[in-house]
Amino acid sequence: MCRDCGCSPGSSTTEHAHGHDLAHEHGHAHEHHHQGDSAVHDHPPHAGQGRTLSVERSLLEANDHQAWHNREDFQQKGVFALNLMSSPGAGKTRLLERTLDELSAKLRMAVVVGDLQTDNDARRMQGRGAPVVPITTGTMCHLEANLVHRACHQLDLAALDVLFIENVGNLVCPASFDLGEAARVVLMSVTEGEDKPFKYPPIFKLADVVVLTKLDMAEAAGFDVDLAVKNIRDVAPQAELVQLSARSGVGLDAWYDFILRGVAERKHEVEEQTAAVRQ
Amino acid sequence: MHEAGLMQAVLEIAFAKTHDAGASRIERLKLRVGDLSGVVPEALQFAFEAASPGTAAQGAELQLERVPAECWCERCGLDFRPHDIIYACPRCGEISRQIETGRELELVSLEVS
Ligand SMILES: Nc1nc2c(ncn2[C@@H]2O[C@H](COP(=O)(O)OP(=O)(O)OP(=O)(O)O)[C@@H](O)[C@H]2O)c(=O)[nH]1
Ligand SMILES: [Mg+2]
Ligand SMILES: [Zn+2]
Ligand SMILES: [Zn+2]
Repeated sequence: MCRDCGCSPGSSTTEHAHGHDLAHEHGHAHEHHHQGDSAVHDHPPHAGQGRTLSVERSLLEANDHQAWHNREDFQQKGVFALNLMSSPGAGKTRLLERTLDELSAKLRMAVVVGDLQTDNDARRMQGRGAPVVPITTGTMCHLEANLVHRACHQLDLAALDVLFIENVGNLVCPASFDLGEAARVVLMSVTEGEDKPFKYPPIFKLADVVVLTKLDMAEAAGFDVDLAVKNIRDVAPQAELVQLSARSGVGLDAWYDFILRGVAERKHEVEEQTAAVRQ
Repeated sequence: MHEAGLMQAVLEIAFAKTHDAGASRIERLKLRVGDLSGVVPEALQFAFEAASPGTAAQGAELQLERVPAECWCERCGLDFRPHDIIYACPRCGEISRQIETGRELELVSLEVS
């Protein structure tokens, strides 16, 4: 399915009219060189009268640009946005169903959910005190920032504390596409094998929190939780780790705590912004 | 994977650049592909072979430069290239969270005529 997912991150590029391109770059100012030391091919230049044109453009530039806007929008409106990623069936929707049920008295939440063909997942999450916006992704293998942006037009972001974005079930492609989220959540279920983090390092390396799900099934599945935890800590030392079961409810408190802390931080940022504006 | 879509983006940028430069043929495209970019070089090559015939890039060489992951150690300041996926610092053992390179996905340059 992936070969023809048809996404084309560069195609919607509108030339940047404003000057914050460099703001996409973060991190410190180490210089790095890519001089051919790892080039796959290293042919001598062609004999013909070819000219070399320097381009130096990121293929993800259009998506990164839109993500930058989404992030700014979420920040200004005080919404804590989470991007939930996992392989198909790891339990994203189930966890969100339960989260909506149990936190809707405390928090104003909404969900944007990417679904291949149906709006099944959206329907499952509806009627739980939070607006749910489906994005039909067709054969696309990941969500992109512009799709999220468009879905958000159907929401009143300023009236929200939390926005959950359920990505397409896929551990590869979503890792390349920033959506503007504040937290990247990677789920892995106990029916998947303890070595998942080693098979899909990019997405685990990016995670802010790794959620080990379906803990109630660990024994039946012959899943070695300690080994999985060790593997997650090795590949994703930067991430918080939450172990839970959306069925039995064990471990959900730590998940809710992660959300509540994110919301509190967001509110704090908004207060500081407003204070700074007043001065 | 979405290499077909990415290749479309590459070609769109490349055609525009070539046109702006008053050239008509692309002889070579140079891409930079990070090991952590989530993109498979072979699939990019395949997508190029599918998308380039009948265009200005027909018959061009697609040159893919791999960019390995490179980390920075927060504890001792060492820049290093991890030899496995754990990213432990070879000097002090701290596991790095600072990935400096490896996510690149860029069209670097074109050779046109
Ligand atoms: N036993 C058990 N089953 C669970 C748990 N969480 C989810 N499931 C079941 O696992 C199946 C898949 O769960 P979903 O929540 O639909 O998974 P998903 O990640 O949203 O799947 P996609 O959207 O298709 O990628 C469903 O049958 C769930 O009821 C859990 O904690 N324990
Ligand atoms: Mg789902
Ligand atoms: Zn893909
Ligand atoms: Zn070190």
